Amino acid sequence: MQIVDRRLNPKAKSLGNRQRFLRRVKAEIREAVKDSLKTRKVSEAEGSEKVTIRSKSLREPSFSTSRNTGVRDYVLPGNEEYKVGDEIPKPQGGGGGRGSQGSPDGEGHDEFTFTLTKEEFLDLFFDDLKLPNLVKVKLKDLKAPKTARAGFTTEGPPARLNQARTMRKSLGRRMALRRPSEAEIKRLEEELAAAEAEDPPSAAKIATLRSALEHKRRLRRTIAYIDPIDLQYNRFERVPKPTTQAVMFCLMDASASMTEPLKDLAKRFFMLLHVFLTRYYREVHLVFIRHTSTAAEVDEDTFFRGTETGGTVISTALEEMLHVVKARYSPADWNIYAAQASDGDNFHDDMPRCIQLLDKEVLPICQYFAYIETTHGERFNESQETPVWHGYADVGRRHRNFAMRRVAAPEDIYPVFHELFSAGDAAA
Amino acid sequence: MTQATKLPKRKTSKVRPLFDGPEWSFELIRKVHDVMGEIAVGELGLDIYPNQIEVITAEQMLDAYSSIGMPLMYRHWSFGKRFARDEAYYKRGMRSLAYELVINADPCISYVMEENSMTMQALVIAHAAYGHNHFFKNNYQFRMWTQPDHIIDYLSFAKSYVAECEERYGDGAVESVLDAAHALMNQGVSRDLRPRPRNVMQRERERAAQRRAYEEATFDPIYRTLPEITREGPEEPTHVQAEHRRLGLPEENLLYFLEKNAPKLEDWQRELLRIVRLLSQYFYPQRQTKMMNEGCATFIHYEILNRLYERGLLTDGTMLEFLHSHSSVIFQPAFNDRRFSGLNPYALGFAMMNDIRRIATDPTDEDRQWFPQFAGCGDWMGTLRQAWADYRDESFILQFLSPKLIRDFRLFAVDDDAKESSMDVAAIHNEQGYRDLRRRLARHYDVATQDPDLQVTDADLSGSRRLILTHHVRNGVLLEKAEAERTLQYLAQLWGYRVKLVETENGGGRVLKEHEALPMP
Repeated sequence: MQIVDRRLNPKAKSLGNRQRFLRRVKAEIREAVKDSLKTRKVSEAEGSEKVTIRSKSLREPSFSTSRNTGVRDYVLPGNEEYKVGDEIPKPQGGGGGRGSQGSPDGEGHDEFTFTLTKEEFLDLFFDDLKLPNLVKVKLKDLKAPKTARAGFTTEGPPARLNQARTMRKSLGRRMALRRPSEAEIKRLEEELAAAEAEDPPSAAKIATLRSALEHKRRLRRTIAYIDPIDLQYNRFERVPKPTTQAVMFCLMDASASMTEPLKDLAKRFFMLLHVFLTRYYREVHLVFIRHTSTAAEVDEDTFFRGTETGGTVISTALEEMLHVVKARYSPADWNIYAAQASDGDNFHDDMPRCIQLLDKEVLPICQYFAYIETTHGERFNESQETPVWHGYADVGRRHRNFAMRRVAAPEDIYPVFHELFSAGDAAA
Repeated sequence: MTQATKLPKRKTSKVRPLFDGPEWSFELIRKVHDVMGEIAVGELGLDIYPNQIEVITAEQMLDAYSSIGMPLMYRHWSFGKRFARDEAYYKRGMRSLAYELVINADPCISYVMEENSMTMQALVIAHAAYGHNHFFKNNYQFRMWTQPDHIIDYLSFAKSYVAECEERYGDGAVESVLDAAHALMNQGVSRDLRPRPRNVMQRERERAAQRRAYEEATFDPIYRTLPEITREGPEEPTHVQAEHRRLGLPEENLLYFLEKNAPKLEDWQRELLRIVRLLSQYFYPQRQTKMMNEGCATFIHYEILNRLYERGLLTDGTMLEFLHSHSSVIFQPAFNDRRFSGLNPYALGFAMMNDIRRIATDPTDEDRQWFPQFAGCGDWMGTLRQAWADYRDESFILQFLSPKLIRDFRLFAVDDDAKESSMDVAAIHNEQGYRDLRRRLARHYDVATQDPDLQVTDADLSGSRRLILTHHVRNGVLLEKAEAERTLQYLAQLWGYRVKLVETENGGGRVLKEHEALPMP
C-alpha cells in the first residue's frame, strides 16, 4: 500500500481547460461584461464578476431519445395503493411521474452561470486595449533604483546578520574540528569523580581521565563556538527598476452646471481609467482636483458629491495640478496621467491661459491627458462647439499625448474609452 | 499487509480502538488500511490490486470531477465548463463533493479528501480500496474491456498527443475534432465485439495452435462428401454487398467507423477519434455495472466496519458517525417523494447483496423455489464473489432479484404511452408481477437497450459519398430532434460529405423520420 499526499501538487490543474472554455465563450462574456457595466456601481468595477451567458457554443449535443414519443415503461419503488390496471394521470408538463427527470443538472439549458476572477474579468474587459505607444516607450526609460536580495556576504552590519546560515556554518566547523560538547566534558568529569571515589583509587585510570579531560577542555577553549569566519550576512544590491507607480489626476468642473448625471458620467470614466492603470502599474495614486473659479484638492467623496457655486475657470485646476506635482509627484519618479471632465463651459478669457498651461507645462510632464466632455442627454451635435472643445482642438493637433472625447450616456463610456486606448496610438 | 497487528477474535477489555476522534494522519490511514486488509483479504477472501491512496483537497476533487474522474486528461473546454459549473454548485453549497473517487487502475488509485474525518477515511478505504478495487479486478466486464495496468500510461499518451496536435495544427482544429468526437462518444462503443489485447503475438500463436488441434480432433471425412448446398436466386454478391462487407457494415461504433473510413480525415484526426473511442470503451463497463459495483463496495464497507466494531477496534462514536453516513447513502425515497430521482444504485445494490446473504444462510420456502442453486448453501461470501465476477447489472437483476426484495421496495411498473394522457400500472409486487417486474427492471439496467440503437448502414464511397445511419426505433421512441440534428452536424463535419439519419421501425422497416446534415465549409 502506498499513500501519496497530493495536496501540495500544483493547483488549478484544469486551468488550461478553463482558458479554452473562456476563449470559446469570449464573445458572449464580453457582451455580458459590457452589459453589467451599464447597471453596476462604478466602485464595484474591480471585483470579481458573476456572469450568466446564453451560449450556443457551449452546447454538447448527443443522440438522445425524445420524451414525447413512443411507449416507455418505468419501474418505481414505494407503491402504496396501485393495483394492476390502475390509471395514473400524467403530471402537468410531462416527466412521466419521475420527478426530476427533466434536467437533472441544468445541462439541458443553454443558460450558464459562473464566476470570473478579477483578473479574468479585467482581461476580458480591457481585452484589446493598450497604453498608447508613446507612453510605453517612456515607461521603459523610467528607472528608479530598488534594493533587492543578492545572496550572502561575510561582512556587513549586525542588523543584516543571517543567524540561520551563521549557525549552520558554525555547527559544521565545530563538528569538523571535533569541538567537545558540554555533555562530553560533563561525562568525563563524572567518570573522573567516580574513579576518585573508587576504593582503592586507581592512579593510572585517574591520570588518563584527567589528561583526557584536560585535552578536551583545551580544545573547547581554543575552538570558538562562533568564529568570525562563520559569520554570514544578507547582501542587498541596488538594482535599477522601471518605475511602476503612477499618479492619476482627476480634474472636474464642480460648478452648478455640472449636474449629477454629468458627474456620474465623469466618475465612470475616471474609474475605468483607474482600473486600467492599475493593470500596468504596481501602485496608482489618485488626486482629485475640483474647480469652480478657484481650484482645490479634495477627497473622493467631496469630489463626486459636493456642488459649489461660482464661475468656471479651468486654468485654476491646471495650476493646482502643477502645484501638487511639484510638491509630491516628481515626474522623474511618477508616471503622470490626467483626466479632465467638464461640460465644456469656461470663462471666456481663461481659454488662452489654459492652452498655454497645457502646451508649456502640463502636457510635457504627462504621459497622457484625456479630456472628456459630458453633455446632457442628447447626442452631441458637431456644430455646437463649446468654448473648451474649440480651444482644446488645437492642442490635440499639436500633442500626441492629448486626447479629447465626448460622452453623452453611460453606454458611451466604454466605447469612448476603448477608442482612446485601442488603436495603440494616442488618438485624436 | 503487515503481520504485526494480530486481530483479536472478539471484544475484550484489552483491545484498544484503532483511533478516536476526527483527526486523521498518514500513519493512522496506513494502520486502518492494513487491519482492514486482514478482514477483507483474510476473512472475506477478496482479491484486490495493490492500493494507492492519495490525499487531495476539495479543489483537486473538483479538478478530478471535471476530467471525468481521471487523474490525467487531455485539455478540452468542456472540462473547463464542467469545472466552472461544479465549482459554482459547490461554492453555493448546492452540492457536496464525494468523499472519495476511485480509479480502475493497477495499482488501484483511491482519492480521499483531506477534510474527511478519520471515520470517513476508514469508510472510504473500506468502500473504495477494498470494495471497488475487488470489483474492478474480478468482474468479467472490466477484465474483458479494460486494461487497468495501461490506462494511466494511455491517458498520459493521450494528453501529450492532444497537446502536440494543438501545437502543430492549432487549438481550433483540434477542438473541432474533439467536439465532434465527444458528441458521438456514446456511439463509440463496440458492444458485442470483444477488443483484442494489442501486441499479444504469443496469445495469437497459442490460439492458432488451439484451432489446429481442434480441427484435427474433429476431422471427419464424411462431411466432405456431402453435396454442396446450392441456393436459389442471385448468388453473386452484388457490388453494393461487397462494398458493405469491405466496410464492415452495418457498424454500431460510429467513432470506429469514422476513424477507419472517413474519406477526408487526416491521420492525426483519426488518432484523436481513436483516443475518444478508447476512453468511451474504457468507461462502458462502469455504465453497465454501476449498481452492482456500488452495491459490492457498500456491502464490503458495511461488513468490514462492523467486524472491526465487534472486536472493539472502533469506538461507539465512530460507529455512530459511520452509520449516519451509511444510512444516508443507501436511502431510497419513494416515487412520490420530492427527493425521488430514480432508484438509488447504492440502495438497490446493498439490499441485493444482503438479500443474497440471507438466501444463502437462512432461506424461506419461497427462496428455495426461486433460487435452488444457492438457497441455504451457507457459503454466502462465495456466492457473492461469484456474482460480482460473472454478472453485470442487467443479468444480475435477472438472476438474483428476489420476490422479497420486490416486496420490500414495493416496486411497481408503469407503462407510459406518449400519446395518452394517463399511464397504466402494468405490474405490482404480487405473485403475477414478480417475474415481469424483474424482467422490466433488468432491461432498465441494460445500457444497450437504453441508448438509442444507431448504426451506419450505407456509405457510398465511390459515388456521392453520402453516409446513411439508421436508428432502429424501439417502441416508437424517436430521437430528440434538435439534439439529433446538432449531433448529426458534427458527424457530417467528420465525414466530410452529406449525412442522412433514417429512423425506422424496429423489424418493420417503416421510415418514421429522416434527418440530414451537410458539412459546413
